[in-house]
Order: sequence, then structure tokens, then C-alpha cells
Amino acid sequence: MGPTTAGVLQALALIGALAVAHVPLGNHMARVYSSDRHWRVEKWIYKGIGADPDTQMRWTAYLRGVLAFSVAGVLFLYLLQRLQGVLPGSLGFDAVAPAQAFNTAASFVANTNWQSYSGEQTMGHVVQTAGLAVQNFVSAAVGMAVAVALVRGFARTRGGELGNFWSDLVRGVTRVLVPLAVVGALVLVACGVVQNFSGIHEVGQFMGGSQQWNGGAVASQEVIKELGTNGGGYFNANSAHPFENPTAFTNLFEVFLILLIPVALTRTFGVMAGSVRQGYAILAAMATIWVGFVALMMWTELAHHGPALQAAGGAMEGKELRFGIGGSSLFAVSTTLTSTGAVDSFHSSYTGLGGGIALLGMMLGEIAPGGVGSGLYGMLIMAVVAVFIAGLMVGRTPEYLGKKIGPREIKLAAVYILITPALVLVFTALSLALPTPPHSMLNPGAHGFSEVLYAFTSAANNNGSAFAGLNANTDWFNTTTGLAMLLGRFLPMVFVLALAGSLAGQRPVPVTAGTLRTEKPMFTGLLVGAILIIVGLTYFPALALGPLAEGLA
Amino acid sequence: MKNSVSNTARLLAAGLRALLVLTLVTGVAYPLVVTGAAQALFPGKADGSQVSADGRVVGSSLIGQSYNLPLKAGQETPEPDLKWFQGRPANGLGENTLNTQYRLIVSGATNLAADNPELVGQVKAAQAAVIRDNSVPGSPVRREDVPADAVTSSGSGLDPHISPEYARLQVGRVAHENGLSVVRVRELVDRHTEGRTLGFIGEPAVNVLELNIALKQLLAKS
Repeated sequence: MGPTTAGVLQALALIGALAVAHVPLGNHMARVYSSDRHWRVEKWIYKGIGADPDTQMRWTAYLRGVLAFSVAGVLFLYLLQRLQGVLPGSLGFDAVAPAQAFNTAASFVANTNWQSYSGEQTMGHVVQTAGLAVQNFVSAAVGMAVAVALVRGFARTRGGELGNFWSDLVRGVTRVLVPLAVVGALVLVACGVVQNFSGIHEVGQFMGGSQQWNGGAVASQEVIKELGTNGGGYFNANSAHPFENPTAFTNLFEVFLILLIPVALTRTFGVMAGSVRQGYAILAAMATIWVGFVALMMWTELAHHGPALQAAGGAMEGKELRFGIGGSSLFAVSTTLTSTGAVDSFHSSYTGLGGGIALLGMMLGEIAPGGVGSGLYGMLIMAVVAVFIAGLMVGRTPEYLGKKIGPREIKLAAVYILITPALVLVFTALSLALPTPPHSMLNPGAHGFSEVLYAFTSAANNNGSAFAGLNANTDWFNTTTGLAMLLGRFLPMVFVLALAGSLAGQRPVPVTAGTLRTEKPMFTGLLVGAILIIVGLTYFPALALGPLAEGLA
Repeated sequence: MKNSVSNTARLLAAGLRALLVLTLVTGVAYPLVVTGAAQALFPGKADGSQVSADGRVVGSSLIGQSYNLPLKAGQETPEPDLKWFQGRPANGLGENTLNTQYRLIVSGATNLAADNPELVGQVKAAQAAVIRDNSVPGSPVRREDVPADAVTSSGSGLDPHISPEYARLQVGRVAHENGLSVVRVRELVDRHTEGRTLGFIGEPAVNVLELNIALKQLLAKS
């Protein structure tokens, strides 16, 4: 069997596993977010928060909850890093410098997990487990909560109420993320991922002498890093590090974890919106894009264009042997089509076009299948736009799931779509126009430009992967990517929740012969086309200067 | 105005309390439970899959090492010890620049682009070295025999594996350097070649540390 066949079979195995797993998980999440009953442990948590989980919130109250929780998260994580030097259980590591601490706090709260630090030499046990890992859980739960609020906006009739943020947040953690994470972590440990608190210790080497190893609670963080589409590695090499991703099987399992919740949420959406076929139409659009990107990535990496890769006889620079081209391509596509940003191989050393595919995946807005929650709400916004385009063609007021898409709704969707490209392009342009930021580039030529473009695309879309040659630990990049991550996460949420509120206040319109059938394959095709055209028009000039110039040279 | 300030403060306090409570759940209870279960069920793996030879720990089967001669005076980069099988290049591996009371390995890749002349130079230099080191009298190594993994740095810099092709390419040299027969070394490599998991996951690979331990045992016996 050649590497191509093995790669294709791995992709098919992944699709099969997701097809089986997403139905029960999707149904479970629909029950979780619809149930009236509280677990006893949840009641204690609500008591601790001092919130009533049964109060229905309008979109403004829901948004205030999201923002208050996230502001608290940024402050807490910033302080934890700044106090690391005096915190017990921190291996005697120094405090993290202010600009980097801000960047990291913004990054983990925004579900981005961009890292301008190297984990093994910067973060001790306490910051990793009680700071970074916690945000891996709760930032994912916030994303899921906002997505569910939007689904309720479609599903509910009148009233304008979207549910209770505290209840959605807590249930996402207690009933979805923690149970899955415990099981997944033990699977990873069984395959060799480390899980200990033995700190830094000496281990002998074959040629004599010893080296110092950094132990830690790696498996427990690795699993939620993938499951919550976070992506922040315990070690600098992220999921390329053998202690995070020791075998070809764990590699495929981690890709599965990345895709699991975003895929299952389409089922949750279908169930809550009263038609699982609507969920399938959305899932089909996601799957079409994912399969296309995987095929393109495997093709370009196996073809290994580029002088250095041609000289080497294969695109193995920055890739681990145990994963090979197939496993690395699957991981790279899945991590950039979701908001994960974990890497099992280094995108900067991919072929020019391969790096471009990773970049384009993020530019699509990470909706195929996207981050936990953010993928679903991003895709639903695109569906609203697709419905609007279809409505323009036939001169009818567009509707989606029985709700009219009027001027207010389409304005909110349009602003949502404009936010991230504006952040990406403005920050990239500023970085290149100023005298010092370009000094951070490692590679010359078009690839150097791609490094900067990739950094802001990754930050504003809350991905977190990088063309990691860029020295991002400067005041400029720590500050600007930090801002791009926060604005790229929370501004879109404002418009999603406003849209949800506006939809939840509407009476549903009856389905007639003239209604666009959004559960049909034709709509899936229209949706995919709308996504590619909108993103293509937005980013084509920037892509032409970077990866296309490199890949087609 | 006063009202909205106190509302905001109340809300922030609720956010902070929620964070602290959830930190207890996901940042304290969860990692402790997972660590306890991991240490009870898979103690060796949870501690890093350490391997021993001759009664002492010689590393982890998951972490690649270097098999170099000691640095000579005036040398900046050590030379490979040709007695042992060599792993992949690790040009992206670094040492810690922070918290330097420790001497830590910082994992990483080169991040050099496919069209970067520096990477072309690294690849060509590695190729030349592989050809020079592995050409034994009577059996020269040709450039097209050198597989890609032998001349490229891995993502982590800690890749424990090489391809079966690269392992076989080193057989003649290792046999020559150790005074062993090519057949016996070749047999050793074959025995340490792992296929794809379930036949299709990943790529065939040879674990260099395990191979070298077996080689050492073979040398001790002969």
C-alpha cells in the first residue's frame, strides 16, 4: 500500500467514525440544552455563581453574561501568569512578561490558543492546569452556548428569549466536555501521552549522560485542546511532540476529537430546529469543503513542489515520520477548517500551495465544520447570506427556517462577515507598513509576507496555528494579535446574539410553494458557492501576494 | 450612571465567581482525577514510556535522541557516532532561553519555507553527509537512494523514528563499523520495522532507540 492509499483510507475511516458518533452526541447535546432539570453538582455551581439558571435572558442579557465571564477570564489568566514567580507548584518558573501574558490570556479566553511562548520553558504546572486548561474548557463552552442561543433564535416563536447563559455554560462543561475529556484523556494515556506531576527531572540517555524532561498533566490538556477546538500545546512543538501525540493512531484520534463536537452540533441544530434534514444540509456543506480541502492538501504535499522539497525527494520537512504525509495533511486541514490551530506538523514548511490551503481554510471563517459552536453559528450566518442571495434572484423576501430575513437580519449578518477580514487585512497592512514588525519574519520573499498574513488570519479567526518562523514574541505582535483575537472572537458574537434576539422575536411564517427548500442538496450547493465567492473576493489579492506567488513560482 | 456602574460590577463579580467555580471543576478536580486514573491504569506510559538497557534508563521509546561522538576541542557541532543507527536531522530543536536554572530541550521545527535557500542548503548538506557516512567499500550510496526523512528535520525535532528505507541504507555502514555481518544487521532492522497500524494508519517506521538497544545487545553477545 502506498502513502496515497493509506491517506485516503484514513480520511474514510475518520468520516465513518464521525458519521457514527455524531448522531448520539448531537442528540445528547440537544437534550442537554433543552432539559429543565439541573444536576445536583450544577445546583452547587449556580449557588457559587449566585445566578438563577432558570431566568430566561433576552439577547442583551445573554451577551452581558458572555462578556462578563470572558473579561473575568482574561483578568484571572493574566494575573496567574504575572504571579507565576511566587505561585507554588510552578517549577520555580519566572513570571511571564506583561505583553506576552496579555497575549496569552486573550488567546486562551478567545478560544484561539495562539502561543508566542514555548510551553516547556515558560509555563509551570499551575498556570497550565488551573489557567490554560480551564480556558480550554470554558471558552469552548461559551462558543457552544452562543451557537445554541442562535439555534433557539430560529426555533423559538416570539418572546425574544434565548435561554440562560449560566446554565448553557455550566451544562456544556459538566454534561458534554468533561465526560468526553475524561474518556479521551485515558485513551491518549493508554497510547503513551504523559500524565504526571513529576516536574522537571533527569532521564538517562543511550550515549550516556542525561537530559532534563518536563513532565506534566499533558493528556488531560491535550484532549480538551482538540475536543474544544482550542489548540494550545503543552509543548512548543504542539501535537508534533511525541508526548502529546505519540502514535499514528493517536494522530487520527486527535483529528477525530477536533471534528467531533462541531460535526455533532449540526445534529443538535437539526433536532432543536425541528428538522434533522436542515442539520444534514448544513453538515453536507461542511463536509463538501472539508473533503475538497483534504484532497487538495494531500495532492500538493505528495507532489512536493518547491526547491528544498524537490531536493529532499519528499515534503517531510516539519513532519513526523509516524504520521507521514497523509496523517499530517488530515490534521492540517482539520485544524485550520476548525478554530483549533493545534499542529502535528509545521505549516510553514509545507509546499507553497499547501500553506495556502491552510490559510484559506481559516479565511473561510472556520466553518467546515468550524470551532465548537463558532463553526455552527458561522455557517448559519453564511446560510442566512445564501438565502438572501437566493431571495434576490427571485425577488422574494428571503426566509430561513420559517423566519424572515429582513433588513435588520441581513445587516447583522453582513457586519459579522466583515469583521474578521477587516481585522486581518488592516493589521497585516499595518505590520508591513511599519519599519520594525517585518524584522520578525524568518523567511525571505513571498513566504515572509505569508507569515504575517497567516498570523493575523489565525488570530482574528481564533485559530492559533502559525507559520511559526515569525517571531511573534515582540511587543507589536503580542499586542496586535492579542487585540485581533479578542475583537475577532467577541465582536462577531455581539452580532450573532443580536441576530438571534431578532429572530426569536419573530412569528414564524408558514411554508408555501414559494419557500426556498433549505434542506435540499441545491441549497447546500448554493451555500458552498456563496462561501467560496465571498471569501475569494475578500482575500484573493492577499493570497496572490503570498502562497499563490510561492506555490506557482 | 451610578446604577449601571454597580450593575456592571455585580455582573463582573458573577463572571469571576463562575470562573473560580469552574476552575475548581476543570482545573483542579479534573486533572487530579485523570492523573490518578492514568497513574493507576498505565503507570509506565503516564510517566513517559521510559526504556532501560543494562539496568539503567536510557530514554523514552517515544523521544528521539542523538547518537553523536563527544565534542572535540574546537568543534561546534558534534559528529555522528557511525557505530549506531542515526535518527532524523533536528535543526529546529532548541534549548531554553528562559528559566535557565534548568537545561531544557525546547521542541520545534525549522519553519523554513520550501523555497528558502537556507533549507535547500540544509537538505543538500544532509544528503552529502548521508552519502559520505554510509558508502562502504564496494557499496556506494547514490543520491536517489537517500529517502526524504533522512535529510529533513521533523516537526518536533524529537522524532523517534526513521523510515525502513533509511534504516536499511545504514545497514552496510553499521555492520562495517561494528564488525558484524550485513545479514545479521539487516535481520535486526527487519525485526524492528513496524508496519502501519491496522494496515493503513500512519507510515511504516523503525524506532531508532529500540533498534540501537537491540544492536548493543547483539554486540554484547558476539
